[in-house]
Amino acid sequence: MSGVRVLVGTRKGAFILTSDNARKKWNVNGPHFAGWEIYHVKGSPADPNRIYVSQTSGWFGQIIQRSDDGGKTWFQPGLKPGEPTTNPQGMPMGESNRFKYDTSPSGKPLTTHQWYDGTQHPWEFKRVWHLEPSPNDPNTVYAGVEDAAIFRTTDGGASWQELAGLRGHGTGPQWAPGAGGMGLHTILIDPNNPKRIFVAISSAGAFRSEDGGQNWRPINKGLKSEYIPDPNAEVGHCVHRIAMHPSRPNTLFMQKHWDVLRTDDSGDSWHEVSGNLPTDFGFVIDVHAHEPETIYVVPIKSDSEHYPMDGKLRVYRSRTGGTQWEALTNGLPQSDCYVNVLRDAMCVDTLTPCGVYFGTTGGQVYASSDAGDSWAPIVRDLPAVLSVEVQKLP
Amino acid sequence: MIRVVLPYHLRTLARVDGEVQLAVEGAPSLRSLLDALEERYPMLRGTIRDHGTLNRRPFLRYFACAEDLSLEPPDSLLPAAVTSGAEPFLIVGSIAGG
Repeated sequence: MSGVRVLVGTRKGAFILTSDNARKKWNVNGPHFAGWEIYHVKGSPADPNRIYVSQTSGWFGQIIQRSDDGGKTWFQPGLKPGEPTTNPQGMPMGESNRFKYDTSPSGKPLTTHQWYDGTQHPWEFKRVWHLEPSPNDPNTVYAGVEDAAIFRTTDGGASWQELAGLRGHGTGPQWAPGAGGMGLHTILIDPNNPKRIFVAISSAGAFRSEDGGQNWRPINKGLKSEYIPDPNAEVGHCVHRIAMHPSRPNTLFMQKHWDVLRTDDSGDSWHEVSGNLPTDFGFVIDVHAHEPETIYVVPIKSDSEHYPMDGKLRVYRSRTGGTQWEALTNGLPQSDCYVNVLRDAMCVDTLTPCGVYFGTTGGQVYASSDAGDSWAPIVRDLPAVLSVEVQKLP
Repeated sequence: MIRVVLPYHLRTLARVDGEVQLAVEGAPSLRSLLDALEERYPMLRGTIRDHGTLNRRPFLRYFACAEDLSLEPPDSLLPAAVTSGAEPFLIVGSIAGG
């Protein structure tokens, strides 16, 4: 069917929301993986029916799930080519939850980072925060994990290898977790040059690779963070999210712990574009699918009060690449609203007009089919939403 | 046969409804029982024991015969009542509190 498919990760399962191109009437399907934390669900740009899921649990650890039929059925990848898919008892044989940090000679010296008390602490895998499928190969996916590192699979999720050059480029021992953990939460791939990758880590900062993830450098010049001893330090900044328009891969937008910023030189220098926002704290940031200078944020009151100002849920849109912002309120609650919108919980579709979507910790998923001018909830009472992605179906 | 009771989410993951029954060669220990469990249900690898260290995950416990075996060394032999199948071996998720 043509239309859109919204992939929602929540604290208690995954949900798939589908609609036609009008994006007014929705079908809600789920929960998938009921009771598990679903940090991220994302489809392959190269094959919309290929969907990857990060399924996690404080009790049972990390699972990777995969669908090859648009979310109708799921399995854990993890088979070597030619191996049977079930054991003699008929049990699925997949095993894809193995994320082992590189302890080879190149990775071994990199096995500590700074702990809360200032001592060095070993890297400990906790979960996959973000899955970023390759723009052109459904079997290649990057995974951003906690404790911060980037992994890659080239066999459809069956096995994962760390790209240890990120932890090993030199500043790794200075990285420290924030209150929410030390997660690598954003992975952006330049669609014109898949060897160029940007990542962001809480609370270390943003980093860039020009060679497919082998070598990395920090790109935090211009970030100013009063909560670290040197506000202009090379690393230590709590970047919440970065976003890119595919037609302008040298321009990135950032929602930092405080401050909204942009760069026009691939991160070599950043400048603040918070402008007239009522507060420049927040988590999400995204770019209009057809207008590279139109960006969206959801201002959150402060890092002590993770909810909107004045009980009003407002998306702010800038049509000037930042600095000048307008509140978008039509259809959003304007009283008594105290939800949060987490870093992976906003996305845009590529239809015309551009669709914008976001999910809240109160379980609502809102959609706009007119680039943010008006909003309506697709669904109101899901578990707390962790991530929202959308696919345009052929 | 040794009877193993899994917590709800691991039963779902392994696609089983009730108890799991496993045959273990020789004198079964905690380690050999869990090895056999993961051999039969590979999707459980990493969910009960850490992939690298094979240490028990922090929020899981092993109970049998009204005893907590969680802190026993991995090569401890299982109680005779578990080995005979008279009593189940319980893998239990810690309660979350609240």
